[in-house]
Amino acid sequence: MAMIEEPLYPIAVLIDELKNEDIQLRLNSIRRLSTIARALGDERTRKELIPFLSENNDDDDEVLLAMAEELGVFIPYVGGVEYANVLLPPLETLCTVEETCVRDKAVESLCRIGAQMREQDLVEYFIPLVKRLAAGEWFTARVSSCGLFHIAYSSAPETLKTELRTIYSQLCQDDMPMVRRSAATNLGKFAATVEPAHLKTDIMSIFEDLTQDDQDSVRLLAVEGCAALGKLLEPQECVAHILPVIVSFSQDKSWRVRYMVANQLYELCEAVGPEPTRSDLVPSYVRLLRDNEAEVRIAAAGKVTKFCRILNPELSIQHILPCVKELSTDSSQHVRSALASVIMGMAPVLGKDATIEQLLPIFLSLLKDEFPDVRLNIISKLDQVNQVIGIDLLSQSLLPAIVELAEDRHWRVRLAIIEYIPLLASQLGVGFFDDKLGALCMQWLKDKVYSIRDAAANNVKRLAEEFGPEWAMQHIIPQVLDMTNNSHYLYRMTILHAISLLAPVMGPEITCSKLLPVVINASKDRVPNIKFNVAKVLQSLIPIVDQSVVEKTIRPCLVELSEDPDVDVRFFANQALQSSDQVMMST
Amino acid sequence: MILANPGAMNGGDEVVAAPVGPPQQLEWKFSQVFGERTAGEEVQEVDIISAIEFDRTGDHLATGDRGGRVVLFERTDTKDNGGSRRDLERIDYPISRHPEFRYKTEFQSHEPEFDYLKSLEIEEKINKIRWCQTANGSLFLLSTNDKTIKFWKVQEKKIKKISDMNLDPLKGVGNGSVASSSNSVNPKSYLANGGFQDRLSNDFSFPPGGISSLRLPTVTSQETSLTARCRRVYAHAHDYHINSISNNSDGETFISADDLRINLWNLEISNQSFNIVDVKPTNMEDLTEVITSAEFHPTHCNMLAYSSSKGSIRLIDLRQSALCDSHAKLFEELEVPGSRSFFTEIIASISDIKFGKDGRYILSRDYMALKLWDINMDSGPVSTFQVHEYLRPKLCDLYENDSIFDKFECCLSGDGLRVATGSYSNLFRVFGCASGNTEATTLEASKNPMRRQAQTPARPSRSLSSSITRVVRRGAENPGADANGNSFDFTTKLLHLAWHPTENSIACAAANSLYMYYA
Repeated sequence: MAMIEEPLYPIAVLIDELKNEDIQLRLNSIRRLSTIARALGDERTRKELIPFLSENNDDDDEVLLAMAEELGVFIPYVGGVEYANVLLPPLETLCTVEETCVRDKAVESLCRIGAQMREQDLVEYFIPLVKRLAAGEWFTARVSSCGLFHIAYSSAPETLKTELRTIYSQLCQDDMPMVRRSAATNLGKFAATVEPAHLKTDIMSIFEDLTQDDQDSVRLLAVEGCAALGKLLEPQECVAHILPVIVSFSQDKSWRVRYMVANQLYELCEAVGPEPTRSDLVPSYVRLLRDNEAEVRIAAAGKVTKFCRILNPELSIQHILPCVKELSTDSSQHVRSALASVIMGMAPVLGKDATIEQLLPIFLSLLKDEFPDVRLNIISKLDQVNQVIGIDLLSQSLLPAIVELAEDRHWRVRLAIIEYIPLLASQLGVGFFDDKLGALCMQWLKDKVYSIRDAAANNVKRLAEEFGPEWAMQHIIPQVLDMTNNSHYLYRMTILHAISLLAPVMGPEITCSKLLPVVINASKDRVPNIKFNVAKVLQSLIPIVDQSVVEKTIRPCLVELSEDPDVDVRFFANQALQSSDQVMMST
Repeated sequence: MILANPGAMNGGDEVVAAPVGPPQQLEWKFSQVFGERTAGEEVQEVDIISAIEFDRTGDHLATGDRGGRVVLFERTDTKDNGGSRRDLERIDYPISRHPEFRYKTEFQSHEPEFDYLKSLEIEEKINKIRWCQTANGSLFLLSTNDKTIKFWKVQEKKIKKISDMNLDPLKGVGNGSVASSSNSVNPKSYLANGGFQDRLSNDFSFPPGGISSLRLPTVTSQETSLTARCRRVYAHAHDYHINSISNNSDGETFISADDLRINLWNLEISNQSFNIVDVKPTNMEDLTEVITSAEFHPTHCNMLAYSSSKGSIRLIDLRQSALCDSHAKLFEELEVPGSRSFFTEIIASISDIKFGKDGRYILSRDYMALKLWDINMDSGPVSTFQVHEYLRPKLCDLYENDSIFDKFECCLSGDGLRVATGSYSNLFRVFGCASGNTEATTLEASKNPMRRQAQTPARPSRSLSSSITRVVRRGAENPGADANGNSFDFTTKLLHLAWHPTENSIACAAANSLYMYYA
């Protein structure tokens, strides 16, 4: 038994707890691995700690995950880059565990270490590791190996490079779909390190195999590879080899593959360049917009604006706009919703005339959609709406839509529209904010759902900020104060909350003259919840108002509350009194 | 592919390769029994086996019971003698080599629960077990009760002995006991390493060579023990009772089916699933058909089949659309006109479907018969094997005592040449389904499986139909049981059985006992 001096006691505990029964303690120790390493010094870290970790790798996944992460930044603690290779064995074992997140982290850490290792060490230690994993008995090791090739490849000598390419192509034909998926996912990264000559031959043939895999899940990932590979190839190569694949993928039997194409098409267009996009990809895109499967249309509809931006206006109007019109009346609400969230971005692309003539009717019909999400998506892009069609036209069609959403029976919809009100206010100005909308804002303060009342109180504050105290004095304060006599205490509480939010915006003068009396009055409420909220509000008012007001009005009220029969009221009153003492002392 | 048992694979090939004459009738022999009942012993409800499943290699067998337990068995005969079966056969030893299993481990998979929102009790009974991909020598399996699917990892863990601590282990490590043993220091700093930060102030600097008095704990381990850990729980996705789970060949997804819906899961994601089939009508009064069983195609990751209470099997293609309400293919047998009765629909309900290993055939079991379907032929089954035809006059009684709703499972041999299913009185039946094979054997789940055999005609009568593709074979009707005065015992029913994936070996459950046979 070693004698441990007192200053070392905590670190000794930390080391011992690497093997504690309690997983939380083990986890904490692993997270402090760098401290342990510093305490042991680099040499003992290399010779004892790292082998110790390598041997004790059958721990719970949470601990292994933490270990994989820590080891990724461990080079300084083992004595610098020249010793980085000692970190490989424990990570190699972690690359073979069944839990995907642990493996992924181990691969990430290995890549991080590999990127710093000296070239001769990579050849001596890292590349053999990659080869061992790629030949692993269990698929878990092979899955991990795929993510390491791009680090290993560039420093390998010519013969090894050939070998690595061969191994990678074998991984792409592995029996286990998991391995093929991993190879497909990492192909882009690996391809980026491969010389152009081999890119055109070896990598392209690997890629072609993957695109013809009989597992959907593998082909899906090959779609992602299209964009990555396309960016590496010369434009004409890309048109020759990648474009046909994209076009055939866009007509794949599996909707999941088409969905992937719809999601990636924009990146693919960037890879092939504008000319081939116009000639070859427009028909594919139009087909995706009209796909049988709603999921595919959703993905395609969401990219309408981005896609139009690479096209010229004529092509957009000629090919895309008719599809957009169809999609605006699509049977799936999710398709319409996806379209609604991007459609306004098309306006600058199409130009004013086409917008007013063709886009506006679509936009207005979406604004009247039966599905609230569609309407909300349009309203959330109001800034773009305003620029395009102007305020008059907007107010005519917008107002009914807002009113309807404001009264929607789903509180989440109401909540969403409340959150857009300040934006609307700033976009449209005071003029637009007529009695109708003002009344709505007040109505929300009396909503049945707490979240709505809470949001409504915040909304009132943000409106006051937007339009200034003077406007608020006329349009908000009287109405809010009117509600203090509501018979339900929950509504009275909302008003107190609104007052505490409004006070800082309105400034000391209005607070003292208008708001404070109402609060003081509320302190005589019969409901204790109101009374202790009064105490809380008064506390929040102390820094705002003048010291004399605190002395004359607030403190007496609080003192009275501090003698209340209810314990909570007394508690919050005393808390408020204490804070007022502190404010006094500091001034 | 990892084949732990290459010899066994050859065994399968040999049968296929034998070109001359019809395959021999198998002679079934008793191999083993686990949990055998002594005479007069009463069976505890919780011990009744409710699921049986071999893993892909046939080296492991899992059973689930009504008490929510999963019991694992491992094969013993392959591990000891390393050579392949072919080698052993060449040596010409008269050793009878057949799969033998031993108890490996067991764990409590599900516990009884109560759904407070719906005021429903959720039984712990294991409805299905499915094995997943083995990795790093650990076993993985899915088990489900009516509502919740769980993903289990069974692994051999070393029992660790830790010595050489920095602090006296007798005083305890870390927590309270250290603190109490040492009065001179602030106890808080030793509570855990959470307190460590406060203690080791920033100005504490480590000497460059490290502190030599600190040491790492030494871990020694000799023994290993099997532990099962629940890795994921896939819950709250089914409104009705889960009847099937099935792994996909892509190795990352699986489906779970209840009466009205089939959901698709990713093994790694337990908090979301995708509904791929929904047969729930908007008005529940319009409900005429429920899903009874579902299974993924063994090699095509996009195909799955599900059966219904109306006796149809639907094959769906996941590539066609996200919600697969329209099927790619429908397999059903048209009812003979004029034969319709009150029971027609009840006995047509399919209780189980299984794909053959190559995915070409689907075997289905309804109350009366086994049917083998070719997925390329949707006009009717390729063969029908009568199992319960003799019960037809008794349907009324069977309805009264609810036996008519018993759900018998079925299975195919690894080579696809034979099929098997259970029956009453702890009997199960094995049929040859290769063309020319008229084998139809009735066996009893007991130590003497052929006891009933004497009573059945040696050769079953063949139907007159000359079409090779649509032979309706009438299995032995077992009339002897009645003739002998042994009326069928409807309480001893053999519902669950499984065929070894590579050998002619069947595991079947008779109440709480697991019987194994080989041929």
